[in-house]
Amino acid sequence: MVVVGVAVACSSVLFQTVTGNRILTPGIMGFDRLFVLIQTLIVYVFGALTLTTTDPRLLFAGQTAVMVIFSLALYRWLFGRDGRDLYVLVLAGVVFGTLFGSLSSLAQRLINPNDFVVLQDSLFAGFNQVDPGLLAFSAVLVAAMAVWTARLSARLDVVALGRDTALNLGVNHASVVNQALVVIAVMVSVATALVGPVTFLGLLVANLARQLTGTFRHRTVLPAATLLSVIVLVGGQAVLEQVFGMNTALSVIINFVGGAYFIALLIREPRR
Amino acid sequence: MIEIKGVTKRYGETAVVDDVSLTIAPGGVTSVIGANGAGKSTLLSIVSRLTPADSGTVTVDGLDVTTTPSEKLARRLAVLRQENHMSVRLTVRELVAFGRFPHSGGRLTERDLALVDEAIGYFELDDLADRHLDQLSGGQRQRAYVAMVLCQDTDYVLLDEPLNNLDRRHSVQMMRRLRRMADDYAKTVVMVVHDINFASCHSDAIVAMKHGKVIAQGTTEEMMTPKVLKEVYDLDIDVHDINGSRIGVYYA
Ligand SMILES: Nc1ncnc2c1ncn2[C@@H]1O[C@H](COP(=O)(O)OP(=O)(O)OP(=O)(O)O)[C@@H](O)[C@H]1O
Ligand SMILES: [Mg+2]
Repeated sequence: MVVVGVAVACSSVLFQTVTGNRILTPGIMGFDRLFVLIQTLIVYVFGALTLTTTDPRLLFAGQTAVMVIFSLALYRWLFGRDGRDLYVLVLAGVVFGTLFGSLSSLAQRLINPNDFVVLQDSLFAGFNQVDPGLLAFSAVLVAAMAVWTARLSARLDVVALGRDTALNLGVNHASVVNQALVVIAVMVSVATALVGPVTFLGLLVANLARQLTGTFRHRTVLPAATLLSVIVLVGGQAVLEQVFGMNTALSVIINFVGGAYFIALLIREPRR
Repeated sequence: MIEIKGVTKRYGETAVVDDVSLTIAPGGVTSVIGANGAGKSTLLSIVSRLTPADSGTVTVDGLDVTTTPSEKLARRLAVLRQENHMSVRLTVRELVAFGRFPHSGGRLTERDLALVDEAIGYFELDDLADRHLDQLSGGQRQRAYVAMVLCQDTDYVLLDEPLNNLDRRHSVQMMRRLRRMADDYAKTVVMVVHDINFASCHSDAIVAMKHGKVIAQGTTEEMMTPKVLKEVYDLDIDVHDINGSRIGVYYA
């Protein structure tokens, strides 16, 4: 849970920095569904046998590598030209999310039933049953990414000022953005592999962290967002389990609250 | 020295900067004038490596701007764009302090802080230093951006319409500051200005652009003539000597 919290928080804050806005997150742009699609396609192409016989860590590493490549491509394509309208991007995100989702279900239909059961096991791990081997591997991966991000944080502050200002201040904008995108892709992969898509959590914690700390500095915002996200996930689940005796509803609630917040942001944001 | 050799930039079919070659000597203030759309901003952003040129080379002190590492260049050349927009909220002091980033990489030293305070003081931003940029008027914001660029303390300073939104007094102050940087610290200032009289009173040389080409360049005296100005602006402008400066009259 902590691993997921770190991954979702950091990936969302980074994504907002490199795209220069406070509304888009990897979740909203359909990156997590892209990962599900990659998982599904790998089963489709190689069959469930591969899935069960290969080391899950190796499999996961492979999926993540594909994810990194596709995320970079998707980012290039969507954000390569500047001056894109925010609403167009949000719409693109919705379309991609749905598209990746539909493609996944299509592929899932086409897979033979036995394979599908295996796939479903790995897709819908949910918040409760996580493979311990994979968890340890993910934890190490996320920790490495977090260290990488921390080392980038001063330059990320400058990148948040926009491309031209960053270049003027001597920051190699393209290189920092690419590094951030790799971190984002890996973290989204980890979070999605562990608990599936939680679309709006990242948006919620990234913006709350900025509001509460009153700054955009990554040195402050990243830990704050991480903390919030862990609190929401661990605390939320504890409350649900202890008080209401429910198990699976957490992501539903997060998405409901986060979704409402997302709409509020969209309405408030002046159109540039 | 800034050397621009055969620089061309096209958007679609039209060359917005068309085979421009220009040498800007170190030390001194050079103004770039020309009508809207003449290509001034585009040329400036090519020189400051923000926009890649389609052909031609730009060197600053012999360093090719497209291949020199960005951080090395940032300690030598600073640029202010015509429009500045930030998607993050930050205070005036934070913005100005970012000007020190090329030197201190995010960890401000005593000297950095002193320079930041000096710039904030000079541009009369003391009372506004802890306000967010989105809570300022247009001219106040412009002063904050210029303060950041000057805080970078580079040998070369490129400014695209630094007088944007400024009232008369702050315009004059800004110009005096640029003049002093050139005279006392041998800095090279290149700026785009629309008010030819500011260009006339405060610069050593003027470069005129039209349709992507440099159509005239020379000392202020050579350039401030009705004939040249007519050529640049397609407008009849009387030029008078007032208090030792050449002043163009074009309001009526
Ligand atoms: N990104 C772009 N795509 C297409 N055309 C562009 C682009 N940027 C600038 N132009 C065109 O290039 C020409 C030169 O623009 P530039 O901004 O350099 O003019 P300028 O001399 O700075 O004008 P102004 O005085 O209005 O600031 C203009 O005709 C403009 O329409
Ligand atoms: Mg311009």
